[in-house]
Amino acid sequence: MTLEDALGLYSYWIVIFLMMTGFYIVISGKNLIKTIIGLNIFQTSVFLLYITMGKVQGGTAPILRDGGGHSDHHGEGHNHGGEHGEAIHQGSEHGSVVVDHAVQQASFTEDVIATVGEAAAHSGAEYQGVLYTNPLPSVLMLTAIVVGIATTALALALIVRIREEYGTIEEDEILAIDRKSDS
Amino acid sequence: MLNMNLIVIPILLLLAATAVTVARIRNLWAAVMFTGIYSFLGASWMLILDAPDVAFTEAAVGAGISTILMLATLSLTPKKRHRDGHLQSDDFEEKPLKHSPFWPLLVVTITGCALVYGTYDMPAFGDPNAPIQVYPDPSFVAKSQPDMHGLPNVVTAVLASYRGYDTLGETAVIFTAGIAVLLILRKNTPEDDRRANEQEAVS
Repeated sequence: MTLEDALGLYSYWIVIFLMMTGFYIVISGKNLIKTIIGLNIFQTSVFLLYITMGKVQGGTAPILRDGGGHSDHHGEGHNHGGEHGEAIHQGSEHGSVVVDHAVQQASFTEDVIATVGEAAAHSGAEYQGVLYTNPLPSVLMLTAIVVGIATTALALALIVRIREEYGTIEEDEILAIDRKSDS
Repeated sequence: MLNMNLIVIPILLLLAATAVTVARIRNLWAAVMFTGIYSFLGASWMLILDAPDVAFTEAAVGAGISTILMLATLSLTPKKRHRDGHLQSDDFEEKPLKHSPFWPLLVVTITGCALVYGTYDMPAFGDPNAPIQVYPDPSFVAKSQPDMHGLPNVVTAVLASYRGYDTLGETAVIFTAGIAVLLILRKNTPEDDRRANEQEAVS
């Protein structure tokens, strides 16, 4: 294992350390709120793991620069938003412009793919000479963050309910009360 | 590798320190605040890792809403209720551990070692030839431009269009969670209790 290898893997190790800290909070504590805090820390570490995997060296955020030559027609396209498809079918003057433009754009896109060819398939998402970081982990983690807050809210509501019923949020005291009422 | 952003180093050190502090601190109020700091530091790192959308969401949801929800829960679950309604910081002390934390530490260390061993097979950080960068074919980034009529943000394009059904499902999850929270926290009025008792008596 060389220093080079270690530098390439350090981000995973940091994330694993954070994850294990969250895991420790979950399994060592008896307090219900502390457990949820631990779960949250674990969850955030998972987000970080995914985001680090998507990063490309020398890449930039997946927001395409200057609309890629599409911007000159952008305002026009926007004005006619809904009629876009209709216009193409009618073959009106404006419609043909749009079609021309679409064809142009499509062939241009294919050009980019063809010229970059093999290189593009093996060096991440490249568009007009700019290298972009992978957007897919970002998308997945956006969904995960929002679902995470939903589950956290549900867990916290359950804790409030438990506190109303048992008068405590310490797990061992709750179990003791349960055992007493059973016997 | 050496041209990496040097601001990353203090952020990662602070992340680790914050996580350990959350694990050690016994006052829940302070722990919740440290969780907010942790989320915010995580969001800063995400910004450096070229994921501004996730960074915004994490700062707003992880450091914002989540902290507010936890503080609200804490204010509803003090150790004891005071007559005057004022809460003191020792109402939010976690009970000290009765036994030594040896077993949890052992489990965590073993799991951590196994995971670190697993990273030896992982592609290096930022490697453009990593499987995640090659599959699925990243040409969808270039195609999203004409597909979305010039929308520059690829994350938005994927989230709202290519994976639109997934986002719809996500909305359903939030809706379900919201309804569940309302049902769990609904207060039974004495009237409700009386009616339930009557029904029990009838059946």
